[in-house]
Amino acid sequence: MKLDWRTIIRNGLLGGGIAFYLSAIGMTELFSERYLIGDFLSTGQLFVAIGGLASGILTARGLKEEKHLTAYMGSLLSGIASSIPILLLIFLIQVLVIRQIGQDVIFNWRSMFVNLSPNLVEILTFGQGLAAGIPLLILATTTLAFIGAALVLLPTRWGRALTNGLMWTLGIGIFSENVRQILTEVTNRDFVRLVFQQRTLNPEAAIAIFAGVFIISFLGVGKVTQSGWAKLPAGQQKQGRVVGIVLLAVFLIALPWLVGQFLSQALFLVGMYVMMGLGLNIVVGYAGLLGLGYVAFFAFGAYTMGILTSTGPLGVGNFNFWTALPIAVLAGVVWGLVLGFPVLRMRGDYLAIVTLGFGEIIRILATSNWLAPFEGGPQGILHIPTPEFFGIVMNQPQTMYYLVVAGSLLIAFVTIRLRDSRLGRQWMAMREDEDVAEAMGINLVQTKLLAFSIGAAFSAMAGAVFAARVGNIFPHSFNLLISINALSLIIVGGMGSIPGVVVGSLILVGLPELLREFTEYRLLMYGILLIIMMLFRPEGFLPEETHKRELRGEEEEYVEEHPVAVEV
Amino acid sequence: MLKRYFENVSWVDIFLRLFQIAAIVIIIIGVYNTVIEARYTSAQWSTLVFAGLAQGSIYALIALGYTLVYGILLMINFAHGEVYMAGAFTTVFLAQYLSRIGFLDSNPFISVIALILLAATVSTGVAVLLERIAYRPLRNAPRLVPLITAIGASFALQYTFRGLYGAEFRAYPAVSALQGLVNVFGFEVPLVQLVVLGAAIILMVALYTFVERTKMGKAMRAVSEDKDVARLMGVDIDKVIVTTFAIGGALAGAAGVFNGLFRPQGVYFFMGFFPGLKAFTAAVLGGIGNLPGAMLGGLMLGVIESLFPNLILEGLGIPAANQLRDAFAFVMLVLILIFRPQGIFGERLAEKKA
Repeated sequence: MKLDWRTIIRNGLLGGGIAFYLSAIGMTELFSERYLIGDFLSTGQLFVAIGGLASGILTARGLKEEKHLTAYMGSLLSGIASSIPILLLIFLIQVLVIRQIGQDVIFNWRSMFVNLSPNLVEILTFGQGLAAGIPLLILATTTLAFIGAALVLLPTRWGRALTNGLMWTLGIGIFSENVRQILTEVTNRDFVRLVFQQRTLNPEAAIAIFAGVFIISFLGVGKVTQSGWAKLPAGQQKQGRVVGIVLLAVFLIALPWLVGQFLSQALFLVGMYVMMGLGLNIVVGYAGLLGLGYVAFFAFGAYTMGILTSTGPLGVGNFNFWTALPIAVLAGVVWGLVLGFPVLRMRGDYLAIVTLGFGEIIRILATSNWLAPFEGGPQGILHIPTPEFFGIVMNQPQTMYYLVVAGSLLIAFVTIRLRDSRLGRQWMAMREDEDVAEAMGINLVQTKLLAFSIGAAFSAMAGAVFAARVGNIFPHSFNLLISINALSLIIVGGMGSIPGVVVGSLILVGLPELLREFTEYRLLMYGILLIIMMLFRPEGFLPEETHKRELRGEEEEYVEEHPVAVEV
Repeated sequence: MLKRYFENVSWVDIFLRLFQIAAIVIIIIGVYNTVIEARYTSAQWSTLVFAGLAQGSIYALIALGYTLVYGILLMINFAHGEVYMAGAFTTVFLAQYLSRIGFLDSNPFISVIALILLAATVSTGVAVLLERIAYRPLRNAPRLVPLITAIGASFALQYTFRGLYGAEFRAYPAVSALQGLVNVFGFEVPLVQLVVLGAAIILMVALYTFVERTKMGKAMRAVSEDKDVARLMGVDIDKVIVTTFAIGGALAGAAGVFNGLFRPQGVYFFMGFFPGLKAFTAAVLGGIGNLPGAMLGGLMLGVIESLFPNLILEGLGIPAANQLRDAFAFVMLVLILIFRPQGIFGERLAEKKA
């Protein structure tokens, strides 16, 4: 037996530390009533379970080369260790909070650590009281560590099937409300009742889903289809692709009617961010100019649309949506040039901070009374009419969804054509090395300004659509968060990659819309996701080739010697 | 000769020059109008200046953290504002406790020292953890990567503290010993502002001595010159970097307490973001990587922010000029980076490295 005790214990404490953290900031308690399966597994418990599971996985990974028995033993040990931080938390609550209840104290710990509640102890001990709950807790973390170890140590096929099964079951549990909504649209009431009780999965249905996914991935259906596809002759592959595109188009058209009004609104937001993300992708992904003030152009688009179409007192000209849209885009181009000009000489970090400054200046100006006679100041612009399309008033999220899909497709098309053009290659040359690009005869001023203005145009278009959708715009909607959102989504999706933008905005905009209860912790998730992405997968989920090489640091030696040369 | 000059200068330069002239003309017109109309008495101006200096010393303390880290790692620690928040937000509970038992009023000096120590400890802990978890694994990554990590860390820290301490504002209690006015050169100045300014200057001098006189300080300077050579000379790079983050954190924590002492608005989880950005502006203003520069840059920014809305904007006839106060820091930042990226006291570093 070759067990490295310190690593094992450390893994355990690390996993338990995660559970401690999530509980101490209140996530466990907030989601303790949000059941996933039946009424015995809640999201809150899932957060605590991450601790044991993670410690088991970590330890088993480290001991993969050893005998299986050794690895399992190690994982069980770290599972026990992972209960220590949770026990510590229970102890702290007992000593600090519960003892103070009903007493007149000078320092009330509960008012400092707002989320250390007696209720949390109850949740962590499964409502069994301390004496029975603590052994139960240790047993639970150990079991979880065992499951974690099994995921790693089982033969690949079993392990994968098990992981997929768990993921799908828990995933459907978490999104039960949305899945249920979709099922109600496409199937009948009885089937829905079979799968879900009030808000959660039926235990029987959960088992069925788990078994189904387990069997499918165990048999490796996905792999079989893939290898079958590769064997097809080229002509048939082409036909298949056409069929695929047609199916995708039908799917995109049918989607809003399948998912209902609420999810259509989420899809609309996703589409809006795809438009913005594609624009920012040109600036950051292709031209390598890291900008954090992207919201400014979004705001310009929205305000142009607002001022031109509003029927309120601030409206000028009473344009309709379709004539105002090109003007808004043009305004984006102009402002892209105006704000791009001063920063022509800046690079890297400084550019990021200055563009961030621009975004803030614009927001502060928009909020101030100084410009209020033109754009409403803090009161914003009201009564922006919804667009009409050949007599159809687009006041439903479903119809607006088509508008953003059309806009995204148009922008994606333009982006692809630009990427493959001379200009696109100039952008990428500039991204790789500005000085060399200039030496090769690329006009940096022109190339940079084009990147800024085209990116700004797309963002303004998104802003205009946004204004038409919401009807009233206020300066506080145009905060830094939108810039951060747009930047995060192209990073998570994979910089420079168009499918990446779609994936990124589905993950960063779509998911939080579905998980409404998470609103309070949304930005926490964002922050942690960004850090984890940068640590483990800096190239994003669907990376573009060159970026992947670059960000993976395959040119590491080169990086050390010439820090300027690989600057993005 | 003029023709030769125009051949060498691109139209971008000409445009930027015009922009520069326009900015200067606007400032002069604004100041001229305000002075001519004599809107404010000299006592009012001095109030603004001293408030600006006190606020500026807080910016300066935070800016030192940016400058130290930038000098050594060439990265902008975007999450530094959150380090400042962590100290200030945690310490408010101790301050309220001390106030409730009456210790704050009976022993104000010891209390304030205790507050500063606690805030510095918490902030240092957060800064060191941040370095260990988020930045150290990325030390050789392309420069975009740590910047994005820092943005992520900034949000993660904000919402972690929101989860821990809740979303409400919490106010520091007033220290009765620090109330009252002092006469400086014939002007009435609130004592608390002088104390904050003085304490900040003491800390800055201490830092400067540390960097210039101690062995660790020498190692820090060596690493900021050339990491690889420093390593060859036997400097423990990791230790130097952790120390740098720790010092930056401690100063930010102290700044958090000072902020609580003289601004009664209270602290909350988002309080670090804008002071962080402004402190970064201050660091750039003084020339990033330059310690005395960051100190003076902070003080200057404080004064500019407090003076200019009244001095320039009102002269230009813009209503409610104080609403635009926050924009000033960013306008300054943009102007400096356009026209003097090396900062007021900096060497010509910025163009090479930025």
